Amino acid sequence: METAFTPLQSLFGGSLIGLSAVLLMLTLGRVMGATGILAGVFAPASQKDWLWRVAVILGMMTGPWVVFLATGKMPVVEAEMSHNALVVGGVLVGIGVTLGAGCTSGHGVCGLARMSPRSLVAVLVFMGFSVATVYVLRHVVGA
Amino acid sequence: MRLIVTYLIGVIFGTGIAVAGMANPAKVLNFFDITGTWDPSLAFVMGGALAVTFVGYRLVLPKGVPLFDSKFTLPTSRVIDARLIGGAAIFGIGWGITGFCPGGALPALGTLLPEVWTFIAAMALGMVATSFVTEKKKKA
Repeated sequence: METAFTPLQSLFGGSLIGLSAVLLMLTLGRVMGATGILAGVFAPASQKDWLWRVAVILGMMTGPWVVFLATGKMPVVEAEMSHNALVVGGVLVGIGVTLGAGCTSGHGVCGLARMSPRSLVAVLVFMGFSVATVYVLRHVVGA
Repeated sequence: MRLIVTYLIGVIFGTGIAVAGMANPAKVLNFFDITGTWDPSLAFVMGGALAVTFVGYRLVLPKGVPLFDSKFTLPTSRVIDARLIGGAAIFGIGWGITGFCPGGALPALGTLLPEVWTFIAAMALGMVATSFVTEKKKKA
């Protein structure tokens, strides 16, 4: 299924992601990594530590509603795959981001912005494996 | 006050993800499908996010302390080992299967679609089980 190429919209959305990362560093001194923030919800250091994480996540969930209020349309979320694919893929993402200590936001945005060699390696590896996985699923298995 | 500001920062992130198209697995998977229905939009998401963060961090970090805490909490590990590479590879496979990454899926939860809740539940299970096993190993 094709999706429209949206360079300006995506650049604007990306800039907002960057702005949030800078603001979280300015206020709480924390990295805006979805993996790290969520992991701390399951194992918080203190009640105060748990609260800020939950506040960020509730804010994230409000994001689509801001788009709805601004444009009158809910952002499209098309996950056209089997229940099994969602579960298997979800578990793999959970295992991978925990072992690799980060995901697209933590390594890809915050880590690269800090010029961390660790993050650069992680980003190249997960991007490479995502491209390879989609190639195999769509053009080898699905061909 | 601190919590309201933190919530609003989450709102900016979630709005950015939604506007950028990162909450939509179909768009993310098309970014990976270079030889098929390729949609290069996500390169612009990464470019915009990285440019703002790169400059912003250089303005913020020299201040020495954040506004609402006593210190910056930055990742300190410099090790590039099998665990980092293996973890990134496993994440990449899962991302390639579903099109959801944690930062894309958390804002997508707000749409209340059951598929997103299924993904998040499975991901949370993977996260908790993995930390349980690795913590146990550390203690042993």
